[in-house]
Amino acid sequence: MTEVLLRAQNVSRAFGGLQAVDQVSMAIEPGTLSALIGPNGAGKTTLFALLSGFILPDAGQVHFLGQDITRWTPADRAEAGLARTFQIVQPFAGQTVRENIAVGAHLRRRARSQALAHAELVAQQVGLSDQLDKPAADLTVAGRKRLELARALATDPKLLLLDEVLAGLNPQEVAEVIPVVSSIAQSGVTVLMIEHVMQAVMNLAEHVWVLSQGRLIAQGTPGEVTSNTAVIEAYLGASAAKRLQAKVSGHG
Amino acid sequence: MNDLRGIALFALAGLALPIFIDSGVWLNFIMMTLYAALLGQAWNILGGLAGQFSFGHALFFGFGAYAQAICQMQAGWNPWAALLVSIGLAAAVGAAVGAMTFRYGLKGSYFALVTLAFAEVCRILAVSFKFTGGGVGLMLPLKQSVANLQFPSKLGFIYVLLALVVIALLTTWWLKRSRLGAYMQAVRDNEEAARAVGVRPTQVKVWAIALSGAFMGAAGAIYVQIFQYIDPGIAFGPHVSVEALVTAIVGGMGSLWGPLLGALILHTLSDLTRNLFGALPGVNLVIYGAVLVLIVMFAPRGIAGIGASVRKVWRQGAKHD
Amino acid sequence: MFDFNILFPSVLNGLTTGAIYALVALGLTLIYGVLHIINFAHGASLMVALYAVYMLARAGIDPYLALPLVVTGMFVFGYLLQRLIINKSSHGRDENILLVTLGLSIVLENLALLFFTSDTRTIDTPYTLATVAIGPALISHPKLVAFAGSLLSCALLYLVVARSRLGRAIRAVSKEKQGARLMGIDVDHIYAVSFGIGLAAVGAAACFLLPAYYVNPQVGTGFVLVAFTIVVLGGMGSFVGALLGGLLIGVVESLGGLYLGESLGQIGIFVIFIGVLLFRPQGLFGAKA
Repeated sequence: MTEVLLRAQNVSRAFGGLQAVDQVSMAIEPGTLSALIGPNGAGKTTLFALLSGFILPDAGQVHFLGQDITRWTPADRAEAGLARTFQIVQPFAGQTVRENIAVGAHLRRRARSQALAHAELVAQQVGLSDQLDKPAADLTVAGRKRLELARALATDPKLLLLDEVLAGLNPQEVAEVIPVVSSIAQSGVTVLMIEHVMQAVMNLAEHVWVLSQGRLIAQGTPGEVTSNTAVIEAYLGASAAKRLQAKVSGHG
Repeated sequence: MNDLRGIALFALAGLALPIFIDSGVWLNFIMMTLYAALLGQAWNILGGLAGQFSFGHALFFGFGAYAQAICQMQAGWNPWAALLVSIGLAAAVGAAVGAMTFRYGLKGSYFALVTLAFAEVCRILAVSFKFTGGGVGLMLPLKQSVANLQFPSKLGFIYVLLALVVIALLTTWWLKRSRLGAYMQAVRDNEEAARAVGVRPTQVKVWAIALSGAFMGAAGAIYVQIFQYIDPGIAFGPHVSVEALVTAIVGGMGSLWGPLLGALILHTLSDLTRNLFGALPGVNLVIYGAVLVLIVMFAPRGIAGIGASVRKVWRQGAKHD
Repeated sequence: MFDFNILFPSVLNGLTTGAIYALVALGLTLIYGVLHIINFAHGASLMVALYAVYMLARAGIDPYLALPLVVTGMFVFGYLLQRLIINKSSHGRDENILLVTLGLSIVLENLALLFFTSDTRTIDTPYTLATVAIGPALISHPKLVAFAGSLLSCALLYLVVARSRLGRAIRAVSKEKQGARLMGIDVDHIYAVSFGIGLAAVGAAACFLLPAYYVNPQVGTGFVLVAFTIVVLGGMGSFVGALLGGLLIGVVESLGGLYLGESLGQIGIFVIFIGVLLFRPQGLFGAKA
């Protein structure tokens, strides 16, 4: 029985009167590629922020590799092997792609030459080799998403939290990034991705968590989750779910 | 490597050139330009590389200057030893101020204002205490010798400043290719994203402000040696803070040669205006202020930035030929 | 040490100064509240206004009568400054605005030095030396007028922003720039108007200040940090905060000067400034960032 990589226990966080995350418990097994889905405003990014240390929970704990990291800073979590990307990409605008990725690489490599060399390797993995010397500010949205990915990957994470890495990409770009994510997972990095692009979720994820209004309402394989009534309700509303269910059973 | 060669060339030129210059005016120009360059280089480390703008950088200058004067006059120390104390003290003040302000998350404009407040507090304190000479300040007794860090001709001071400027150049060069420097620039460009990849912004900023403070302290100490005088207004007042800031920004924040370019251009400008309009009080600073406004409006990356853009366009033009 | 006869006049004097501080700070907090920029040139603007009042007084126009002239003049000055220079400087970074306003303050201060020399100048009016007795305190007429005038101006400013159509546009822009633009509000114009109003407040303050005070090129620097302290203490963008903060700081300065002496007394203000920024950056009435 492999030890759980990341465990969240009854994590909650409210903003003003709004309960953004409501007693969420989840366990991520090492070597898995899972997805966190849910309608807009469900609290997915807030949950990521809680897991990666950018916000602190009101209640609950987060454990990583057996350690209680609930109140750790993001930098400490990155050092422990928990890295994240941002939904709204945040490149280091004043630097080149290579330099950007090198910042991530420096976490485990003190020497500049080593960091730069690793940056090149990582750039290759995500398909940015031909743009290494470009200023990050000159990249397209797709390029920036890959850069975001590369920079987090360069920290040699054990767990990679990807926040909508496919958002804003056209279908061709999506089709190009999916294999990149897949190969990252195959190289041994555990991945948890927030995603709205269902194609990616169905193709990539072994396990899916569904968040709605701050609560975890379902989990399972992609197939199980997408036929779950509660999930359909959350996305489409109760009446639409009933109609869909009726249709399905009508054909059954 | 290019840059290292450039620094070496610069050092050689700096050593050789002044020997061939007779004119006291020109020697003075070189000396004050090197002094201004040092101020700019100091500010550049914190402002240009780490992205934290300080409006009260004279704080560190003042500590260095007063330490230099007090060590000699009240403790009888040798000025070279006092120089080390000045640098160390200024760095320590930097670290202390940094630890306090950055820990509480002060950044951007608030940080700029707080540094100004600190400088003002120290200015007022310097006016109020006897051991700093109060409002009258301190005067260093004249005793010219190399051992006493006082030189009959500007040449000696030029070489001392040159050494400091070269050290600052090497420090900046090293920072730009070290992990600390990479982290500083990451914090400058996007602090949240830097956190996410393991950078500890407070630590990095404190290093930056300590290094920056050290060079300001050195400048303050040398100022005392050159002019043999220091008072609260000079030590902690806005003139030094402004000169450091404007020199770095006009030259090009974050660049290796920016502060030197800035110092050269601003001093040339102010000498020109002095020749045209006479030594009117305030003309100098009007120019500094106007240049600052113009640079921020039209060339925010400074002269070095303009140079880089020109080179880029040149290269692109060559490609099309 | 706590003798009422010494304390009371000091507090009253502090309140009169504080009222003027409040008016100056109000302009600053309005500019921050609407444009979200920190106007480092605020102190220098006060200096400019003071010289304007001075010149008009020399030309025979009483400072209080010069009020409409100076206020309008400073409004136009502020409008143009924002529209032509400051607006074009941000390039996406807040610090650039800070740098530009710093540059402007340097230019203004040293132009004043050039034209007026560093001499400290005062004006003589028929009422400069007249005083009024309030309890054990003797308050000079100019200070009394300054107190009343500043508070009235603050109230006027508040009414303009809270009740007028212009005020509504200003509030819309400060809350939601894009939305305001979509409603057809000329955001650039409103920005410039707000900046102008901020400087107009400074103009009014100058008219009240000069009869009881003096002018030289460096007065601006003194006022800048005090104004910032008030704004930060009261809470960025808060009218009430600027008003109460101004009065409080005025009293602190007066008492500080009383107990610690002229120069050391100033430290109190800066210590408050640093303290607030470190421990309660949203100030007394500001929203938590």
